[in-house]
Amino acid sequence: MSDAPESSWTVKVREKAVEALPPEKLLPDGQPTYVASWIYVFGVASIASLFVIIASGSILALKGPAWWHYTGVGHFFNSIHMWAVELFFFVMVVHLWGKYWMAAWRGGRARVWVTGAITFLVAVPTALTGYVSQQNFDAQWISTQAKDGLNSVGVGAFFNVTNFGQMYSYHVLLLPIAVVVLVSAHVLLVRRHGVVPPIELNARLATVPAGETPAPVPSSAGAGS
Amino acid sequence: VSVLRPKDDTRPWTGGYQPYDLVKEACIAIGVIAMLAVILTVLFSSPDDKPSTIAQWSKQLPVNFVTAAADELNGTSGTAEYGPPYNHNGEGQHAAFIYLQKWLGVSHPINTADDYVIDPLKTIPNDAALQSALAEYQAAPENTQKAWSEAYAKPLNEYAEAEEAEKPLPKTVSLDPATDTVSVQASGAGPVPTMMASLLSLAKSGGLDGSLLTSRQFFQTDYTKPLLFMADGGLLDKRAEAQHLGGDEWGMMNETGSYPGQAWLWLYALWYQIEPFKSSENADILVMLMMGVLSLAFIAIPFIPGVRDLPRWIPIHKLIWREHYAAAAPPAGPRPARAMPDAGS
Repeated sequence: MSDAPESSWTVKVREKAVEALPPEKLLPDGQPTYVASWIYVFGVASIASLFVIIASGSILALKGPAWWHYTGVGHFFNSIHMWAVELFFFVMVVHLWGKYWMAAWRGGRARVWVTGAITFLVAVPTALTGYVSQQNFDAQWISTQAKDGLNSVGVGAFFNVTNFGQMYSYHVLLLPIAVVVLVSAHVLLVRRHGVVPPIELNARLATVPAGETPAPVPSSAGAGS
Repeated sequence: VSVLRPKDDTRPWTGGYQPYDLVKEACIAIGVIAMLAVILTVLFSSPDDKPSTIAQWSKQLPVNFVTAAADELNGTSGTAEYGPPYNHNGEGQHAAFIYLQKWLGVSHPINTADDYVIDPLKTIPNDAALQSALAEYQAAPENTQKAWSEAYAKPLNEYAEAEEAEKPLPKTVSLDPATDTVSVQASGAGPVPTMMASLLSLAKSGGLDGSLLTSRQFFQTDYTKPLLFMADGGLLDKRAEAQHLGGDEWGMMNETGSYPGQAWLWLYALWYQIEPFKSSENADILVMLMMGVLSLAFIAIPFIPGVRDLPRWIPIHKLIWREHYAAAAPPAGPRPARAMPDAGS
């Protein structure tokens, strides 16, 4: 390490980052015992789906937008891409409902909820731009149907669903970047604040004599965000 | 301010911790999701119905094509009267005093008469009758042009209305199966019948598909003009209805075949199925504004009294954390003394 001056921006950013998220918080090797339900699986499943979407989408992008229409391999990867998107939305919706019923915004975690909710909302046009970039009948029909809603609120002036070139750019670059940035912020916030404790934990802990804590739960279930 | 502040009954966890391998869990999750995607792919593949072309449209539904083209010429088609962002022939939709469509202006200008009829016809070489008809049409005053195109469109629209109502078709419009040409008995249509016969011929040859894509540059990626022209016609609708993709059947959230489509748009599509949205002339902006408000509310759930409290009132959390609550509950008999290990990370 060099003897960087205290005024170094780099040092300040590093110190702030390590203070906010020390390595043991960023990559923990333990979870509170209350993190014991299958509902926790759906957070990490959402990220896993996003990973498969980006991987399959990257293969489609490497070969160009027409490839999947005339090759079996291309169609296979297009199908993987489509089903990964369906899985992504399914597990994300279950994840969101789970977090809602856990009131997971408690304890200064409102930003965790907000980033998650915005991710869902940004994922919708990310998928839509994919559907209208397909260069098939679905793309023709969906784009001519979707234009009216977007035009009615003026969005169509700068986001034209019948312009394949523009939609493809949004789909393979701009919106995926937005989703990845949002998911990253969401996960970092989860790691910083930890998994939200059970509702009415204080009230229940109050039933336990001072100095004692509840018995641990068997470590059986998976854990996630 | 305190009303907006979410109730916080949390405090730093001082209880037990269990081993957790985050990286391993993420790797397993990716493997499982990838495997599921492969299984679904093998079982169901994905839809890829070929796109329609203007050439197909003009061959399969020549009367419908000529009707749509006549409406583009006389300025009564859906695109011609759309307003922003395509032209100034309408104000677009509004909600109360909100005219977002009008305020954002015309960003993709389309003059349906010129773009869909006149300019493509100019590309046809060596057709003296067409050149003469075009010259006559363009030299005529605007009201004469209007009178000619309306006279030609009238019997076609009557034919379309009868066809839609499944009534006997008027004999003023006929299709010659031998030449596959459309005859329209329209008096006072001037040069329009000649122009439309040439346009139909150009469309059948595939020339109109290419003509609508060419503009100032060689490479093209903007399909706005041909798509809007096709949307004014009947082929896309016909294919969509056959696949149950109509707006009254939850529209664009579906896709061809028995695939789930964009099921996440269900709430957006729902409003189009019910009143007052269903029959409103401003349904699109009303639905979009409604979804905008609901989206903001969705983001702001932690700050909305009542909505943020439901999870406490409806105790689904007791199911989620049942093991924890069972372990934390005081035992019925004498409590066994159990010490917790120190907190880990």
